[in-house]
Amino acid sequence: MTELRGIDITVPTRRRAHWGSRALKALCWLSGLVTVGVLLWIVVYICVRGIPHLKPSMFEVKYTSKNVSMFPAIVNTLTMTALSLLFSVPLGVFGGIYLAEYARPGSRLVRVIRVTAETLAGIPSIIYALFGMLAFVVTLGMGNSILAGALTLGIMTLPLILRQTEESLLAVPMSYREGSFGLGAGKLRTTVRIVLPVAMPGILAAVLLSIGRISGETAALIYTSGTVARVAGLTQSGRTLAVHLFQLQQEGRYVDEAFAVAVVLLVIVLLMNYLSSLIARKLTRKG
Amino acid sequence: MRGLFLASACVCVLAVGVICVFLFANGLPFFRAYSPVAFVSGTEWAPLRDVFGILPMIVGSFYVTFGALLLGAPVGILTAILMSRFASRPVVRFMKPAVALLAGIPSVVYGFFGMIVLVPFVRHAFGGTGKSVLVASILLAIMILPTIIQTAEAAISAVPGSYYEGSLALGATHEGSVFRAVVPAARPGIVSGLVLGIGRAIGETTAIIMVAGNNPRMPGDILKGVRTLTVNVLMEMGYAADLHRESLIATGVVLFVIVLAINFLFSFINRRRVQQ
Repeated sequence: MTELRGIDITVPTRRRAHWGSRALKALCWLSGLVTVGVLLWIVVYICVRGIPHLKPSMFEVKYTSKNVSMFPAIVNTLTMTALSLLFSVPLGVFGGIYLAEYARPGSRLVRVIRVTAETLAGIPSIIYALFGMLAFVVTLGMGNSILAGALTLGIMTLPLILRQTEESLLAVPMSYREGSFGLGAGKLRTTVRIVLPVAMPGILAAVLLSIGRISGETAALIYTSGTVARVAGLTQSGRTLAVHLFQLQQEGRYVDEAFAVAVVLLVIVLLMNYLSSLIARKLTRKG
Repeated sequence: MRGLFLASACVCVLAVGVICVFLFANGLPFFRAYSPVAFVSGTEWAPLRDVFGILPMIVGSFYVTFGALLLGAPVGILTAILMSRFASRPVVRFMKPAVALLAGIPSVVYGFFGMIVLVPFVRHAFGGTGKSVLVASILLAIMILPTIIQTAEAAISAVPGSYYEGSLALGATHEGSVFRAVVPAARPGIVSGLVLGIGRAIGETTAIIMVAGNNPRMPGDILKGVRTLTVNVLMEMGYAADLHRESLIATGVVLFVIVLAINFLFSFINRRRVQQ
């Protein structure tokens, strides 16, 4: 692109663009400003109103209606994230390995898996909420629990990890595999010891993105892991940080505390996204 | 190990199957007790009297989605054009992560922001309660921006350089070449970005519930409140029982079918693009 623009500048008799084109170009810049402006507006506004209310009392171990502590919610978010990833990462990575290394490219099965992964990625979280409630909470009798919520979110983040793993594996040059085969390694050893480590940054980026999605999820959790404000065991109901924010907002009495929660949530999610894109960018620069 | 890998890959297929089974098995019995036609075409929602008409919610869902697209599509597409053809490299290096961050903000934070900032603003500026189609549409537009920008930007950047060069060689300016040659060539990709955005908007729950007023009446003008299909499920599931509860699951089924149709449309567009 830059070289092309270079050509443009060196054309000796450069005509001025038609006024309509110039107006459209101005609109492009305006739109870009709007996009970045909206992001800054949201982030800055929430930080300005939230950070002054980040008091130590909000991190006390026990939640009471007086301290409105978000500590239990933070712990639950960590449990929820770890448990969800425990389901989705092995399944997603193994599935991705199958699609990239073992399956015949373009076979019927691969097509079906790809279409269903796409479908899964497009299902709204409220549908996951209904499914999680009907399947895990009611039918399997888990009740409102961290486990039920984590299973639901595990399925939700599965397509993301599966597809990213597949893409990262496919991006590994063939010569790596050939070299490994040439030295006498088998298929499994080649995949696990040679190809997978090279693809690791891509998979890690997907995992970080999933962490961001899990910590930010609300709708799918309200009727699966529930809304109780305490540090919950796996079979107990407990609210995550995002659900905590939602509940505070619904109760309507804790606007300042809600802002403080929003800051913490924003920091977690944006950090995960930033790390993910950092890794992804490194990856593309290398490749 | 091959078997383990294969089994893991098939979990996706299994998951879609199980989700369908659970939704339809729990949602369809409702239609034995209540006519499906009355359900989707009824304009009154009164669970206490066993009257379940979700037409206001269907219309509401499409209403806010359309509004979001109306506001978000131009901004998104123009931003994508800017990023791929006009902006200098440092600007792009700044904007790409910004767009990614916009995609990363959780919907509950968007909803909270909308409730605290946008709702009072609309209330002061235009009257009414402020919880309205307008605010829901603005918020959704912001939320689908990154989806539209990322897809459209990839599509525009993927247009072969020869299109641009050919246009320049024929005497067009840089701007003219971009708008007349490059962008039209990227149209299928841009459209698929819009369809993805529609899918996100129609499935959004948490952000809308905070800013849309949620009254189950036929939506009026853009300053009146609205309830979407998603909100209907989330709001009432907590206390619903019996037929009412089944009606909410059936609402989910209707939403699911709409989303599947949009997904299908998306893959159809994509396939045609690949064939081209």
